[in-house]
Amino acid sequence: MRVVIALCLLAPFVAMLWVGSYAKVDPTFIGIPFFYWYQMLWVLISTALTMTAYQLWQRDQRARRGGTK
Amino acid sequence: MNDGVNGVALTVFILFFLAVTVMGFLAARWRKAENEQSLDEWGLGGRSFGTWVTWFLLGGDLYTAYTFVAVPAAIYAAGAAGFFAVPYTILVYPLIFTFLPRLWSVSHKHGYVTTSDFVRGRFGSKGLSLAVAVTGILATMPYIALQLVGIQAVLDVMGVGGGENTNWFVKDLPLLIAFGVLAAYTYSSGLRAPALIAFVKDTLIYIVIAVAIIYIPIKLGGFDDVFGAASEKYTAAKAGGLVPLEAGQWTYATLALGSALALFMYPHSITATLSSRSREVIRRNTTILPLYSLMLGLLALLGFMAIAAGVKVTNPQLAIPQLFEDMFPDWFAGVAFAAIGIGALVPAAIMSIAAANLFTRNIYKDFIKPDATPAQETKVSKLVSLLVKVGALVFVLTMDKTVAINFQLLGGIWILQTFPALVGGLFTRWFHRWALLAGWAVGMVYGTVAAYGVASPTQKHFGGSAKEIPGIGEIGYIGLTAFVLNVVVTVVLTFVLKALKAPDGVDETSPEDYTADAGDPGVEVELPPATASTTH
Repeated sequence: MRVVIALCLLAPFVAMLWVGSYAKVDPTFIGIPFFYWYQMLWVLISTALTMTAYQLWQRDQRARRGGTK
Repeated sequence: MNDGVNGVALTVFILFFLAVTVMGFLAARWRKAENEQSLDEWGLGGRSFGTWVTWFLLGGDLYTAYTFVAVPAAIYAAGAAGFFAVPYTILVYPLIFTFLPRLWSVSHKHGYVTTSDFVRGRFGSKGLSLAVAVTGILATMPYIALQLVGIQAVLDVMGVGGGENTNWFVKDLPLLIAFGVLAAYTYSSGLRAPALIAFVKDTLIYIVIAVAIIYIPIKLGGFDDVFGAASEKYTAAKAGGLVPLEAGQWTYATLALGSALALFMYPHSITATLSSRSREVIRRNTTILPLYSLMLGLLALLGFMAIAAGVKVTNPQLAIPQLFEDMFPDWFAGVAFAAIGIGALVPAAIMSIAAANLFTRNIYKDFIKPDATPAQETKVSKLVSLLVKVGALVFVLTMDKTVAINFQLLGGIWILQTFPALVGGLFTRWFHRWALLAGWAVGMVYGTVAAYGVASPTQKHFGGSAKEIPGIGEIGYIGLTAFVLNVVVTVVLTFVLKALKAPDGVDETSPEDYTADAGDPGVEVELPPATASTTH
């Protein structure tokens, strides 16, 4: 479970720091170059990932507490 | 630009300003606690804020008026390179998800008000704690000054800033009034004032952005035309572009990463974090704060719209206020200006509180008057918050605006150098306190010297924040290079000092402190006076 959490938190770093993967104009979306809408899309993706991490973390904590006490 | 005063816009602006002023003073009564005279009350709002208040407070705090003016301004001037603010704010949240809850827990347990409090408690080193405190104060001051620059930009476009030839007093009077009001309610209400005003600020900002992003492109003929016009401008000017070129990609990535690492080292971010009620509030906030990043992205696009709309200003900082004035009906331009103006007040208030807390806890109490009572601490903090703001005002009024921007640039590089002590300390006690201090010093010196040496077409020094990374040969963010140097020095010296058996400081925290939550034994829901657990 903790590996999944780590991956969720790590993914945005890989995606955003690899600038070469998205430094282009096409395909455009309603006239906005790829470079811009792709990064805005990642705001949503990383939000979803952080939320997932948060849910998993809570489940993990509950499981651990239940297990030890 | 100064084609007379825009009466309607100005009236709307003043109305909003009056409303938040009243709110600021009334805030003192909001969620009032019994023991008012403690720093926890004045400086952290009683550590009582829930998820939504914290969300507004952090949002109001991190996404400042200067951001709203500067990010689109950078796009307006240079294109894609200015968009790094978006990946930067994307990376912040996964990052703070990992360490901020630990900081909250340990601070709650030991009554820490500032990051320096924690560093002193963890490493038993007043020297290191002083270094962190001084860095924090130095980095925050120019940031406050820039908020005032943001207000100035708005006033200028509304026509009340006066032209170059007006008498300095008339020119600066509106700024002085805004400033006086801000200082007064921060003094009387503490952190509660910006928390309450943040609601108004963010609501206004969201409305303005939503309207701008739909209304302006329609008026300009759609995004195709907007980007087409922008592309032409960059090609004609032979500067900037719609996407970063190969050479600029390192800069883009390192700037995003370095800024993300630095953001939660700033005292004002930590102040807003520690004011929250529980550990869960923080985790939950990391999942809803990205909403602001989306807004920031949309806002950045306004920079392109300013180009397409034919806004021509010599100072890019004025591009967005000018765009609003040109495109919107007067009354809505007033709303937009109010959003920026109030957007400056919230962070300015929090920053001055944060800097004041640092001074009080880590300089005044540690070095000048160790037996200060909570009431005295609060008094000193209130006074220092005034001093800090006066300092920022003098800065803005007497020096060229570029000086404030230069120092803000340096501040970002400096504040990043406190990362190893703070975040490192949250996870491990392996680092030696003297090694951390040495690493910090190396990072500070390298960062300052390197930034000084960057020239730009308009400036001989501090012309930018990127420089060739030694050994790699790519152009990268100076702050991040300095940070890597800092970590290397810290690690190497820790090995050396451990081998020499240099004395470790006393660690007053224990491992379970880092995971404690409100309601756990030893962590009271209602906090004891701030000093109870630090008077060792």
